[in-house]
Amino acid sequence: MPKILTRMGDGFLAEVSEGELRKDLEEGTKDAAARANIPPLNEDELRHLYDIYRSSAKFTSVDIGDEVVLTYDAGTLKIRRVGIDVGRIHALQIYERLLGADTMELAHVDYSYKAVKPIVGNEQPILEQALLPSTIPLFYGAMPNLGIYSQPDGPVPNASELMPMGKIAEARAAQEEAVELAVKDMVYVGSAMYESGADGINFDTTGAAGDPDFLATLRASKILKAKYPDLCVELGMAGEFILGMHGKLEFEGVRLAGLYPHEQVKLAQSAGVSIFGPVVNTNTSKSCAWNIARAITFIKPCVANATIPIHANMGMGVGGAPVMDNPPTDAVSRASKAMVEIGRLDGL
Amino acid sequence: MQMTRGMRIREAKAYVAQKLSVSVQDLADPVRMAEVRDDLDLGLVRSLPHRVKGIDAKFRIAELLDIGINCVNRFRDRVGKKFK
Amino acid sequence: MGKILTRMGDGFLSEMTEGELQKDIEEGTKDAAERAGVPPLSADELKHLFDIYRSPAKFVSVEPGNEIVLSFDAGTLKLQRLGINTGRIHNIQIMERAMGADTMEMGHIDYSYKAVKPIVGDEQQEFEQALLVSTLPLFYGAMPNLAIYSQPDGPVANSAELLPLGKIAESRAAQEEAVELAVKDMVYVGSAMYESGADGINFDTTGAAGDPDFLATLRATKTLKEKYPEMCIELGMAGEFILGMHGKLEFEGVRLAGLYPHEQVKLAQRAGVTIFGPTVNTNTSRSCAWNIARAITFIKPCVANATIPVHANMGMGVGGAPVVDNPPTDAISRASKAMVEIGRLDGL
Repeated sequence: MPKILTRMGDGFLAEVSEGELRKDLEEGTKDAAARANIPPLNEDELRHLYDIYRSSAKFTSVDIGDEVVLTYDAGTLKIRRVGIDVGRIHALQIYERLLGADTMELAHVDYSYKAVKPIVGNEQPILEQALLPSTIPLFYGAMPNLGIYSQPDGPVPNASELMPMGKIAEARAAQEEAVELAVKDMVYVGSAMYESGADGINFDTTGAAGDPDFLATLRASKILKAKYPDLCVELGMAGEFILGMHGKLEFEGVRLAGLYPHEQVKLAQSAGVSIFGPVVNTNTSKSCAWNIARAITFIKPCVANATIPIHANMGMGVGGAPVMDNPPTDAVSRASKAMVEIGRLDGL
Repeated sequence: MQMTRGMRIREAKAYVAQKLSVSVQDLADPVRMAEVRDDLDLGLVRSLPHRVKGIDAKFRIAELLDIGINCVNRFRDRVGKKFK
Repeated sequence: MGKILTRMGDGFLSEMTEGELQKDIEEGTKDAAERAGVPPLSADELKHLFDIYRSPAKFVSVEPGNEIVLSFDAGTLKLQRLGINTGRIHNIQIMERAMGADTMEMGHIDYSYKAVKPIVGDEQQEFEQALLVSTLPLFYGAMPNLAIYSQPDGPVANSAELLPLGKIAESRAAQEEAVELAVKDMVYVGSAMYESGADGINFDTTGAAGDPDFLATLRATKTLKEKYPEMCIELGMAGEFILGMHGKLEFEGVRLAGLYPHEQVKLAQRAGVTIFGPTVNTNTSRSCAWNIARAITFIKPCVANATIPVHANMGMGVGGAPVVDNPPTDAISRASKAMVEIGRLDGL
């Protein structure tokens, strides 16, 4: 029986038999369905996924006519990370004109709203200049990243130090304080960049610090949309599941801890988010096929519940892509094709 | 269209195609779209003299798609003020 | 019967039936076979080609294990043409680190050896710096471009003006004089760049001005290889057929006018060329499938006759790719896959 060349979630190549591939897909979808209490993929979808992952092509693609649009996080930082020391405006042009990007994002190297706040007056003129030679929609983005509001670098007591000491109430109070500060910073920076002409604001890795992080972003989105009804807010998540770091926080009466993408999107919509970017994290011990079956199982009901465009996060360690700095094209192209064709996404 | 009107991908493609008087299939055809972009001053991949570039193209995009584009509106306000 | 979405040589989309696609491929190979006196593609090869061109995928690829290497002409100029005004060293880094290029080429904006000659000192210093920050093999390249030796811009009488006047002998004399000047310039620039550390020298669009252009390049190659036996010389052609602008020029006893790729490569090898880049021009009135069948028919015997690597030219209007500034990926990927898998190339 012929072997199929595939990859594990850590990126390394593996050979699997047809039976092993099929089994991985079935187990991946079951895992997601059990966790989030949602339907697993049906027979047709599993067969479609199987056909994609057993392909012998180096690179697979959607069929002509099924193309989707792409949005980016940490946009301008990606060029820098590969050691190309061009300025950010050139980086944007590289994306627009060489890489065919549909949209782009200007970003500060210290990619958090708290870090941008003191230098927002420097970021604004760069954005204003960047808008002149570019044609694609240009976002300004950063992470809510509530972690950096904690001491020793931030102002609030460190909740992750308080919790192991059993100081739960103090930890919660610290996180609630961080929420207030973060909302203020996100609204301040978001407003400034919008007033400088940004076509959209991106909140990346929302929920990375758990439910306080998600709450802060929802509240910031709501305030910004009330202030600027035409503002496009893109909200990209950090993980498939909202970690209950606080455990009791709610947004409009809905507890945030434990929410999965199909539930997260409803709150995002309620907060006025324009584009939602769900995330499913990759398990490095399982195959990419297992991971993509699992990811799409989470994403599908999210898309079904959405009235706004859904751009699933795909890249290093998310969306069925392996956890490595430069994910191989064979893995990313298979995952992208699967996400678009079975997940029915509006973008990536 | 997703950013300004919250359209889903199929709806967005249909809308843009209709506004540009092309088929949905044409939208992802770089050869056809190069013609359309040149005819309608929407900006080209190849950078050529005297062809519309950058934010100029965005002005045209806003007009053709009948959408408000933030940077276009602000640019217009800034430039407009100077010549009042 | 399902229609197949494909492209014409001018880049425009068209729909064909399976029968029409089959017919085009058969006619394309016949055309090349008759012109060059080479075998047409076999039934298996035609079927393979048919399968590639009837795919509905946006982008096709080779199978893992069949990857080849890429060399580039006008390397650093390509980003400039897109309006990205980064310097050439950054362009090399962009190609190496963001675009995954296997090799790169630095080129002067006025991409001819005659134009580089007066500024070679400037080119050398920048090239030396580029070598410090790049890892991939870095070529220096330009075109022989014999036409610019003609008046009014160059020193020799204009043979294209003399020929219609019936002044054949004078026209030939002018071309022979241009050959001498071009050889001198190519050896001068090639030597300088090699001594500055170039991993290779590229002679691009060789033969563009016909048999004198081809002769000059063969002679320059021979001189350079005697001077620098370790030098890598890449010789890329301008067209599938050497135009007999002079008609009587020979290299080592072989008349150059009328040679096809399978004959060109033999002379290139004798001159000391390291990598040969045959070219087949695209007919804009025919389909890309017709064009690729034709192109591979020319290329196959060239590869068979070669003892050196063969990197067929693929890009705007050559190698089965459409004649458009930015060839669509669907057309390029099909042509590349076909060239590699059926043409058995060493690179593109």
